Amino acid sequence: MDISPILDGFGVVLEPTNLLYCLIGVIIGMLIGVLPGLGPGATIAILLPITYGIGPVSAIIMLAGIFYGAQYGGTITSVLLRLPGEASSVVTVFDGFALAKQGKAGTALGIAAIGSFIGGTVSIIGLTLVAPVVAGFALDFGPPEYAALGILGVLLISSIGNGNKLKAIIAACVGLLIATVGRDTFTGAERFTFGSLNLAEGIDFIPIAMGLFGLSEILYNLEERHNQVHAPAKVGNVWPSRKDLGQASGAIGRGSLIGFVLGVLPGGGAVLSSLAAYALEKRRAKQPERFGKGAVEGVAAPETANNAAATSSFIPLLTLGIPANATMALMFGALLIQGIQPGPQLVTEHPDVFWGVINSMYIGNILLLIMSIPMVGVFVRILRVRPAIMAPITVLITLLGAYTVRNQVYDIFLVIAFGVLGYLMKKFGFEPGPLVLAFVLGSMIESSARQGLLIFGGDPTGFVTRPISGTIFALILAVAAWPLIRKALPRKTSVERVEEKIK
Amino acid sequence: MSDPTQPPGAAPEQAGLDLQEETERLQAELEEARPPHAGPISQIAAAVVALAVGVFGAVGSYALGLGRLTQPGPGLWPFAISVVIIVLSAVLVVTGRGLQDTERFSRSSLLTAAGLVTLVGLAALLPVIGFEIPSLLLMFIWLRWLGKESWRSSIVISIGAVAAFYVLFVLLLQIPLPRLI
Repeated sequence: MDISPILDGFGVVLEPTNLLYCLIGVIIGMLIGVLPGLGPGATIAILLPITYGIGPVSAIIMLAGIFYGAQYGGTITSVLLRLPGEASSVVTVFDGFALAKQGKAGTALGIAAIGSFIGGTVSIIGLTLVAPVVAGFALDFGPPEYAALGILGVLLISSIGNGNKLKAIIAACVGLLIATVGRDTFTGAERFTFGSLNLAEGIDFIPIAMGLFGLSEILYNLEERHNQVHAPAKVGNVWPSRKDLGQASGAIGRGSLIGFVLGVLPGGGAVLSSLAAYALEKRRAKQPERFGKGAVEGVAAPETANNAAATSSFIPLLTLGIPANATMALMFGALLIQGIQPGPQLVTEHPDVFWGVINSMYIGNILLLIMSIPMVGVFVRILRVRPAIMAPITVLITLLGAYTVRNQVYDIFLVIAFGVLGYLMKKFGFEPGPLVLAFVLGSMIESSARQGLLIFGGDPTGFVTRPISGTIFALILAVAAWPLIRKALPRKTSVERVEEKIK
Repeated sequence: MSDPTQPPGAAPEQAGLDLQEETERLQAELEEARPPHAGPISQIAAAVVALAVGVFGAVGSYALGLGRLTQPGPGLWPFAISVVIIVLSAVLVVTGRGLQDTERFSRSSLLTAAGLVTLVGLAALLPVIGFEIPSLLLMFIWLRWLGKESWRSSIVISIGAVAAFYVLFVLLLQIPLPRLI
């Protein structure tokens, strides 16, 4: 393996501007992880217009920093307030808050920070080793494979996310439909434009993401959801004792591996891996009853795993061009804005972006470790900022930011329209994530499918008979049929559950 | 690092069931503030709206021309998606009745409606009188009435925030926002 591009990547990261954007990214990530209400997806969506002004490497370094920084920040609210800032920190609440009640909040935060750092770093090393190999393998993919991969990605994210699967897939299909608005690249025909010049250019990714992820979340939270202020528990010494560290080390090691593996799977990501890591530790423990009452491993395992997963979820994006979760869909969009097509060619055509982003994560994780151990007090104080003050400021950033992209008021109205759509979707149990993801992949899937049809001379069976695309379509069928299969075996699982309780 | 007798992928699969229940309980507890679910009528309404989107897409794309498989027309792909939407929403109309994931609109939904009005107001006024006054009004309304802050902090924060925006957007980043000053 030729390591000179990797070293060049470090050169890219160490440029002062990139270091600065990395720092800004992780600070913003920590902040929004701590502040309730706005998740990393919403924040990245709101900040997308900024990426126009800065170079591609700096932009993606900053957005990535927000993403993994939020994983660190989310821990703080889970431990101190019993309010998971991010879905991936939900299980941390069980033992983290129990530790805080025993006056050991500092220990929990310290262990979580160290675990997060190790998990993140292990995962970056894995990413460095695995990503170029996967990318090399995927270079042989043709249009049929990409069409199949895109469909698989959309389906996986719809079916693994929380909420009703049927609704998620419907939302994804609506996203695919919205992606067709505008001029058809093959025939030049205008589709669903209703004679509007604005619509003929197609609907831009930024207003959709800002509206569905950013504004909809603010509108949704306006209904007095998070408006009460909580008094956080006191944080004592954050440096964990040697005994605690020893107890947590196994959990951190296993959490890193679980997180890395599950993070690669589309739709798996941080939430699933934190659950799996916690469950594994509880099973392996000699006294499982300690869990939920302040076991150090119960904090270490999920926090390590969610960071490792957050990092490794970059693999499918950077190597195949398939976003593994909704936040990666935003990264995909951000890269496209910069004129960079994520995919297997990325590592050879834009090594500065590829290695710059990966290597920036080492730096980012070190910065985050510093912020979450010696400087944790600063962020604990931020917990006292009332959401009522944050909301209008974020709204203004969103609306004015949307305007600045093309200096058109039309874009503001588009953001508002998609904000309302997202709000209504949430009210009626539809997740906006699959819609955005499908929108991002929509034109790629369509053009690959049509090119595929042309290659096969109009014979759709070609998609199934080519070995790789055939395999992917088999996987698609398996994913689609999985809920039905599971429904057919309800008895077995309940027996297992009883056994679980007897143990 | 990992236990060789236990592959990391396999074990959590089963233990996950127990945990899932626990997590769901916790999430339910956290979302106590969530309004009660809205019942079968809104479920059916949502599914019917999705169905309508599908029908609209199908009719629209059929009109564009489907072409043939050897020469796909512009309408073929959207038509295929629309058919999937129609089928899935029809299934949802039938099976989704008992779902509990919708939220009832309550009095506090009026806050969202009011917030929405200020957003549209800002967008409409922006090209006419610049961003300063609409932003100031939006900040103030959100702080004082939607966020129930005190008069004093509402005034101070909204003026401070808009001033900061002015410095950031206009003076530092030199973005051509429409403005008064």
